[in-house]
Amino acid sequence: MRLTAKAGLAAGLLLALALVSVQVGVGDFDPAGVLTDPGAQLLLFVSRLPRTAAVLLTGASLAVAGVIMQVIARNRFAEPTTAGTAQGAALGLLAVTLLAPAAPLFMRMGAASVTALATTAVFLVIVRRLPPTQPLLVPLVGIVYGGVLGAGETFVAYQHDLIQYLGTWMNGEFSGVVAGRYELLWLSGAAAIIAYAAADRFTIASLGKDASLGLGLSYGTVVALGLVIVSIITALVVVTVGMIPFVGLVVPNLVSRMMGDNLRRTLPWVAFAGATLVLACDIVGRLARYPYEIPVGTVFGVLGSGLFLWLLLRAPRHAT
Amino acid sequence: MIEIDGVSYGYGTTPVLRDVSLSLPKGGVTALIGPNGAGKSTLLSLMGRLLPLQSGRVRFDGLDVARTPSETLALKLAVLRQETVLGTRLTVEDLVAFGRYPHCRGRPGEADRQAVAAAIEQFELGSLAGRFLDELSGGQRQRAFVAMTFAQATDYLLLDEPLNNLDITFARSLMRRLRSLADEHGRTIVVVLHDINYAAAWADRIVALKDGALVVEGEPEAVFRPDVLAAIYGVPIEVTRHQGRLAALYHWE
Repeated sequence: MRLTAKAGLAAGLLLALALVSVQVGVGDFDPAGVLTDPGAQLLLFVSRLPRTAAVLLTGASLAVAGVIMQVIARNRFAEPTTAGTAQGAALGLLAVTLLAPAAPLFMRMGAASVTALATTAVFLVIVRRLPPTQPLLVPLVGIVYGGVLGAGETFVAYQHDLIQYLGTWMNGEFSGVVAGRYELLWLSGAAAIIAYAAADRFTIASLGKDASLGLGLSYGTVVALGLVIVSIITALVVVTVGMIPFVGLVVPNLVSRMMGDNLRRTLPWVAFAGATLVLACDIVGRLARYPYEIPVGTVFGVLGSGLFLWLLLRAPRHAT
Repeated sequence: MIEIDGVSYGYGTTPVLRDVSLSLPKGGVTALIGPNGAGKSTLLSLMGRLLPLQSGRVRFDGLDVARTPSETLALKLAVLRQETVLGTRLTVEDLVAFGRYPHCRGRPGEADRQAVAAAIEQFELGSLAGRFLDELSGGQRQRAFVAMTFAQATDYLLLDEPLNNLDITFARSLMRRLRSLADEHGRTIVVVLHDINYAAAWADRIVALKDGALVVEGEPEAVFRPDVLAAIYGVPIEVTRHQGRLAALYHWE
């Protein structure tokens, strides 16, 4: 079948990239020595495999969070960094760092999730009041809103000498990932799987409130579920590796152009494309000025904006 | 049977519906008519529980819309609002299949697949089934949405101005399909119409609203009288018959 052929091709590409990712790094890695050399085993299981897994989980779940954000904001250009979600997560982290510096990781994660949820909910309330005839107002307002939140955080962080922390939260990179420091990201993968389980509900919600009610679906419940999923994924990514902007914007729009918006069908592809693109960017970031690294967010910013411009400027296929 | 009891509704302090009571028998096509702002769409939304009732009661075969769970109502009535700008890229087939959601909750069985196929055939969407909605004309898209409500397989269909943006050919064929849904499939259809001549030509009953109040209801013959129509619309309207069919003329003083 065509679909299985496509899926096979996709899996092959992902596997190939993952193999490259395991190979690439400052330390020399000899794949032949995996079975015998304890040094190679250590490198593989402590650094290379965890890093690759972290990249894949981050890319896939951020892309899924982007789709869900677009459904609940009813706007194609919404994503966690243009809706105040990432800034909200950083706000919670900053608060914990200041008020309870010794707090364990799960508490930091919980605080980040709660503040991300709150700031995103405020964003949704603002967005509902915008005229639906002006769709571009949504990302603009979101960018301003995120900017205001970010400015407040920068001010507080500056006062307490925490600017560097803020930088690592908002500009993700994977060079610090080793076994034991990324495992929370599996939860963000689980959140993406929950989104997939509710894929039909999200697709119906994207048809609008009236259409959802007409089909017997509680629109408010679906939006609330989406809000929780987006906030948890974003908070987990911010806590563990730092935010990667635009993944949630570029990947869903790319997949929508090619395959439409029936999430039951497209969500796996969104996750795959997010994982693949972020992994490719991470590998480029590791190789571009070897042995130093360029943060993945910077590489994705360049590549992602290029892709996005191409997406916008390409002539639309429909008449309206 | 649809029973509407003392339904009033207001946006803020502005009353939109004033104490509307109405009872519609099962079967047939009922047209809701009236000037802009008469409250037609609001009444339809209240019937379809898209808006919460502020006062009064609406029942479908005894099911109270305010008390019955939304999932249960979705098996009893399907409602289609005026088309809004739609950003979602779905294929026609996928859209129609979502009409089965109340029945299958996302796990379509053989009966659901047959219902979708039947709806696609009924509305002659076969050649468009794989196309995305944003690649269709307004008329084709409207047909796809009506097919989705048809696939929902409910006794009652509530449609809000389905003829908007449709040219004469599409509008006529859509009304003919609604007629056949009532006659051959035993569905009960309530449809908001702007053009009173469409109401006279295709509906069994006409319900006229003005300023949020029920003005008149009955067979087209009872409503299509110059004094009644003039009272509803506030302009002189001449009623004539052409080969036995009712027609309203209102473009001349």
